[in-house]
Amino acid sequence: MKIAEKKALKRESIIQTALQLFSSKGFHKTTIPDIAKKLHMSVGNLYNYFSSKDILAKEIIKYTSNVLGEEIREVNMLEISAREKIRKIVALYFRMAERHPERIEYFLRVYLANREVFNDGCEGMTCVSGFVTEIMIFFDDGVSSGELRDQDFFSAFGLFMGYLGGMVFLKGEEMLTKDIGQYTDDISLNIYAALKA
Amino acid sequence: MASQKKLKLLWLQSITCNGNTHSFLNYPDLATLLSYFEFVYHPVIETPYTIEEVAKGKLECDILILEGSFREEGFTRGRVEVSKIFTAYAKRAKHIISAGTCATFGGIFKAYDPEYISGFIFDGEERTARYETYASKLISLPGCPIHPKWLSYVLMMLLKEKPIPIDELHRPQELYGITVHTGCTRNEYFEWKIDSKGFGLKEGCLFYEQGCQGPYTRGSCNKILWNDTSSKTIVGTPCFGCTEPSFPKRALYSTKTNMGIPATMPLGVPRRAYLTVTGIAKSFKIKRFEERIITYDH
Repeated sequence: MKIAEKKALKRESIIQTALQLFSSKGFHKTTIPDIAKKLHMSVGNLYNYFSSKDILAKEIIKYTSNVLGEEIREVNMLEISAREKIRKIVALYFRMAERHPERIEYFLRVYLANREVFNDGCEGMTCVSGFVTEIMIFFDDGVSSGELRDQDFFSAFGLFMGYLGGMVFLKGEEMLTKDIGQYTDDISLNIYAALKA
Repeated sequence: MASQKKLKLLWLQSITCNGNTHSFLNYPDLATLLSYFEFVYHPVIETPYTIEEVAKGKLECDILILEGSFREEGFTRGRVEVSKIFTAYAKRAKHIISAGTCATFGGIFKAYDPEYISGFIFDGEERTARYETYASKLISLPGCPIHPKWLSYVLMMLLKEKPIPIDELHRPQELYGITVHTGCTRNEYFEWKIDSKGFGLKEGCLFYEQGCQGPYTRGSCNKILWNDTSSKTIVGTPCFGCTEPSFPKRALYSTKTNMGIPATMPLGVPRRAYLTVTGIAKSFKIKRFEERIITYDH
């Protein structure tokens, strides 16, 4: 394996580990030595990859946004109706919440809750464009085909992603009475009913 | 130069508003330009032949300039079907220039009767049956109207026997290889995705809400300025896309969007790339772009 590939793998493992620690212990209670210890690497070496905790935090939000964006992109490429796409996006989002809850917990409990960390360098959509762009494309296609109603982007975006985020938050609080995946059909139907033309 | 043989120009009109003629007559260096050419016929310039004599199809001409939309039957000049006159001179001429969007693609008159009205050699962006016969002679100069300097450029290049690189619709690349967006004074606002708050303002970009088609319309309106002074987009009016085969579209003063996303992307820019870049650009507040350029006391 080439050195560059090794470094890329190491970089990703740091992101994965930090993501889990930030999501479970909280951003401020997690230190760089905590992350290094879990990875069995020296603090100095970790700093070779990320020069500060804030920079690492910003890279993580880009990483999770891109992972989610890639999955939505695959749905966008399918030749199916907007209604079916909604169901697939809801399903993949809830599946991510079950299999990788830290990715969505990070967004809700670190990214949204610590704006002072992200304000410089992650303004607006800068660090979350990976998945926001795919949602835009989904909306654009839906309106172009006549299946979805034309409306303000943020009205639709807030309804869609706010709804899903809220459900995952409730899951994290252990408020839901069923597995989150079992809500997929109802929630997909609700979103479609709200967005359809 | 004066001793050089002058090329003979024949300017014929079909279904037209005279807009290209008027634009041409406003060319500040018209007298100089015409000193290199001999007009056999022009509808509004004094020339040696009447339209009846022209309509017989027997005059000599080097460059045929066509103005106006075309229909195969039912439109006459000098009591002869225009199709017959056009065809006679298209065969004789060494070069054919379709001056304006109507003569080139059908333009605004085609919108009235899309089935029967077209350009002489193109119908919208489709080639007509004439294409094969005349393609080697054709220079397309769409525009509503054309800029007189576009026509003078082509005429002088032909006079000097210089090559004129063209695109697939036979538009000179020197004039249509860029978009109207190129050179627009509002480009900083486009880059940072700042909407214009109204027409006629100095500030803001007209692409996002006001219908500007400059980013996907080929033309040099912001490189070769109108009246040597300005352009529509500079003064605060959207580009209507008048050089394109799709002209005229409807609702020219508003941008078609799908949930706020422009329905037409800048020329050649993939939608995903555009949305990524603009989503990020929009995230930043640049104070200078939020302010008026000039503040008045009163």
